[in-house]
Amino acid sequence: MKITVASGKGGTGKTTVAVGMALALQADGNRVTFLDCDVEEPNGHIFIKPDIQKNEDVFIDVPEINLEKCDFCGKCSEICAFNALLVAGESVVVFHELCHGCGGCNYFCPKGAVTLIPKKIGTIEMGTAAEGLNFAHGQLEIGVPLSPPLVDAVKKKQNGGITIIDAPPGTSCPAVHTVRETDFCLLVTEPTPFGLNDLALAVEMTRALDVPCGILVNRAREGWDIIDKYCKQNNLKILMKIPLSREIAGAYSKGIPLTFLDKEWGVAFRRLFRDIREMVESERNNRHQW
Amino acid sequence: MRIAVSSTGPNATEPAEERLGRCNCFLVFDEAENLLEVITNDAASSAAEGAGIKSVQTLIKHKVDVVLTGRVGPKAMNAIMAGGLSVYTGVSGTVAQSLKSYLKGELQPLLAPNSAAHAGQVPRERAGR
Ligand code: SF4
Ligand code: SF4
Repeated sequence: MKITVASGKGGTGKTTVAVGMALALQADGNRVTFLDCDVEEPNGHIFIKPDIQKNEDVFIDVPEINLEKCDFCGKCSEICAFNALLVAGESVVVFHELCHGCGGCNYFCPKGAVTLIPKKIGTIEMGTAAEGLNFAHGQLEIGVPLSPPLVDAVKKKQNGGITIIDAPPGTSCPAVHTVRETDFCLLVTEPTPFGLNDLALAVEMTRALDVPCGILVNRAREGWDIIDKYCKQNNLKILMKIPLSREIAGAYSKGIPLTFLDKEWGVAFRRLFRDIREMVESERNNRHQW
Repeated sequence: MRIAVSSTGPNATEPAEERLGRCNCFLVFDEAENLLEVITNDAASSAAEGAGIKSVQTLIKHKVDVVLTGRVGPKAMNAIMAGGLSVYTGVSGTVAQSLKSYLKGELQPLLAPNSAAHAGQVPRERAGR
């Protein structure tokens, strides 16, 4: 079972939730893998404190043009969906920072003038924390603005059992790559108009990807019910609320997971997981009937 | 010489567009102000980054020598230089007016990018005008 924890914007407490759930399930004897796909700003390791045992570089294949063979027909530039190639007169310019390494130019070049050469885009670090808890995160190479291929590589590190994935914030490519093809997406938000605005975008994303979702309200306060209203109107389920608390904020700033703060959080996160599992199963059954 | 103006629409009476990568079309004129061609800019509707590069590719394909526009990002500027085009900025008013300003020597040649890079489609309100 693969659960992504995502949010429409940064700083909502997504990592707190993902870490909390992973540790609570591990403490209960489950085999858990925690994948930090927030490759631009990974911070799950601060709380999980894994023992890193392995590094793996991630490459994409970028084109190199053989000008002896090229007749400057422009085909490669035409088919590149990422605008990474420019054919101008007697030269072909490769914009490396835009190339996604799809290999299309190599495939379509009628003259066989495109060679693909590997370019390092980042590193994956893997290790274990406590008994039964695997950990992996990706670290983007400095100056590489392109994270989706690295996200995909981190996602491959799942290891059976339960996989909890910390997604990059937002609803653009890296988040989409993280959430797609997972079993469930837990959306973390705050009970403010800004929180709602970003949540609505994130909900749209999960619907477009056909991934069932549920909501977790962080920094919840008595009477701040903007998210509750939205969820009721849109037939969404609020699965858990974490109150606004100085104690929780303090623990976060010291890198202490919620489950270490109070045993009750372990219970709450396991209940959250049970609810998610039920939703996933009923969703599966529904789909079978169709 | 073929002079292209980034435009909001297919007629010379329409407002010129400041954004090179996101203009709807390019109107190509000769130095006598005759409209030679209207080129649709496919990059305008694409969500991918690098719309400026794609626009420049279109201009190169249509053998444009000079382009009049407003803002040019760093990647598009590289593309313009690679393609050997000249670019002048400061279009304002209609396409026809912008062309006239250029012919009178009132527009500024651009030698370095004058707009920050941005990822993909920029929401209208943030794009400014
Ligand atoms: S498709 Fe091949 S031959 Fe055509 S311009 Fe690109 S590299 Fe050159
Ligand atoms: S590999 Fe794909 S993204 Fe990169 S330049 Fe070729 S076609 Fe474009």
